[in-house]
Amino acid sequence: MLRLRFVCLFTLLSPAPALMAQTVPELQAKMAALESATRSAQSAGDNAWMLMSAALVLMMTGPGLALFYGGLVRRKNVLGTMMQSFILMAVVTVIWAVVGYSLAFGGSSWFLGDFRFAFLNGVGSAPNADYAGTIPHQTFMVYQLMFAIITPALISGAFAERMKFSAMLLFTVLWSLMVYFPMAHMVWGKGGLLNAFLGGAIPCLDFAGGTVVHITSGVSALVCALYLGKRLGYPQPSMKPHNLVISFVGACLLWVGWFGFNAGSALAASGLATSAFVATHFGAAAATIGWLAVEWIDNGKPSVLGGLSGCVAGLVAITPASGFVKPFPALAIGLAAGVVCYFMVTRVKRFFGYDDSLDAFGVHGAGGTLGAILTGVFATSAVNDALKDASGRVLPLGLVDGKASQVLNQMVGCAIAWGLATVGTLVILKVCDMAIGLRVSKEQEFEGLDVAQHGEEGYIFES
Amino acid sequence: MKKIEAIIQPFKLDEVKEALKGIGIDGMTISEVRGHGRQKGHKEVYRGQEYNVDLLPKVKLEMVVASSRCEEVLKALTAAARTGKIGDGKIFVYEVEEAIRIRNDDRGESAL
Repeated sequence: MLRLRFVCLFTLLSPAPALMAQTVPELQAKMAALESATRSAQSAGDNAWMLMSAALVLMMTGPGLALFYGGLVRRKNVLGTMMQSFILMAVVTVIWAVVGYSLAFGGSSWFLGDFRFAFLNGVGSAPNADYAGTIPHQTFMVYQLMFAIITPALISGAFAERMKFSAMLLFTVLWSLMVYFPMAHMVWGKGGLLNAFLGGAIPCLDFAGGTVVHITSGVSALVCALYLGKRLGYPQPSMKPHNLVISFVGACLLWVGWFGFNAGSALAASGLATSAFVATHFGAAAATIGWLAVEWIDNGKPSVLGGLSGCVAGLVAITPASGFVKPFPALAIGLAAGVVCYFMVTRVKRFFGYDDSLDAFGVHGAGGTLGAILTGVFATSAVNDALKDASGRVLPLGLVDGKASQVLNQMVGCAIAWGLATVGTLVILKVCDMAIGLRVSKEQEFEGLDVAQHGEEGYIFES
Repeated sequence: MKKIEAIIQPFKLDEVKEALKGIGIDGMTISEVRGHGRQKGHKEVYRGQEYNVDLLPKVKLEMVVASSRCEEVLKALTAAARTGKIGDGKIFVYEVEEAIRIRNDDRGESAL
């Protein structure tokens, strides 16, 4: 089409003798120059959006999650809790550079990548056409890194206020290697077992990390909460959040950062990115209303913490679906997540009595699973036509397209994520427990992580 | 000399200060305290976890006045601090043996 227009324009504007004088090779050279200019223009636009998205996703961990979690703990643990998010911005980055990126995105086996990109060998400005053909390979690498950072940070909500800093470091390094990189490869890596678009045996739809990020972190959080046991005295004396104002700021930063997380997962500044952006926002809005509505009915008052928790639950649930669903199904998914996660953190947690301190499981585990299954229901090729057969025909995606079996595929994907997270986390906890011990001493827990682990206090008003 | 110790509702502090200033009392020490008598606290709920908050914020005023002025001060204080509801607080009056102004060794009522 572009070629045709170019030729027509050329014919109209040029005097006939000049056209005659143009030789075929000259024309071809001009065409090639035009094509290359088009490509670099697209690359510039896509790359600008993807670098921005990578920065947005990093902002979700620090300060977003650090503030959100930091405000929910008691005053004596505010720095220790924020540090558990912040340190991962450094530690996971190094692991990712050395071996992590390669284990997640190198090779094309079912379960785990290989070492072809170890030490970022061959990861430069030339695009990797397997994953994102219009942006530098390095942009794709650094964008995916931000996901690897926030995922273990989410788990820290379960062991908040009682885990040793050293144990937490060892745990998250091993967890990244044994749980996150394999899961990321299975779902997003070329040839991964669950990759719907790059030759997976069990095609599972996960646009931005419902299984990879939220189920793995949420289920691992539950295992941590059960293994470590309750905080001293839980639930009394008062374990009230010490500063809901900073939690409020953190949750709002998460909401904004999530646009990079989900819309960025289109890996281009495309119409699909817009669609994912809209779905993300709608999911968060509906979940906020859903949580607050049931809380208001159930408990008599709509709480600010309820609103914040609802928005995060909605963002979690819409994550796997964001690039596959229309705006109204996004509202439905959000609403369901708000209601379900409310009952998870208020009823289910109390019934079983585990101390998932900041509800990493109740929000990320439950919301992630719900979202992953509902993705199989509402995914439609009208939004995302990337799945094609050999002849280039667009294939149906979810139940609304008439492909009921996708719901089953989603359940299998969830089951694998649950299984890997449970077994992996249990083994890693056991190793860390034997190597250095997981919990701080009773005296240190009473004193607070800030002084005991870091030698500082979060708030000193008299100086 | 008498020491007057009044525990009042925090939101009544400004009115009480004005009332005392009106009768010429401008020295006092206040502290933010928590406590409760017959007043019930309130319930707070964080993600379904309930906490009963029964120690409520109060303000404690302490002042020492000449015995002859005590009754007058108590009247002004109670009038200004009263809402008529449970939780208005209490006043305790003590005998004071001595008062000393650190700056210049003034003693007794002249130190007040």
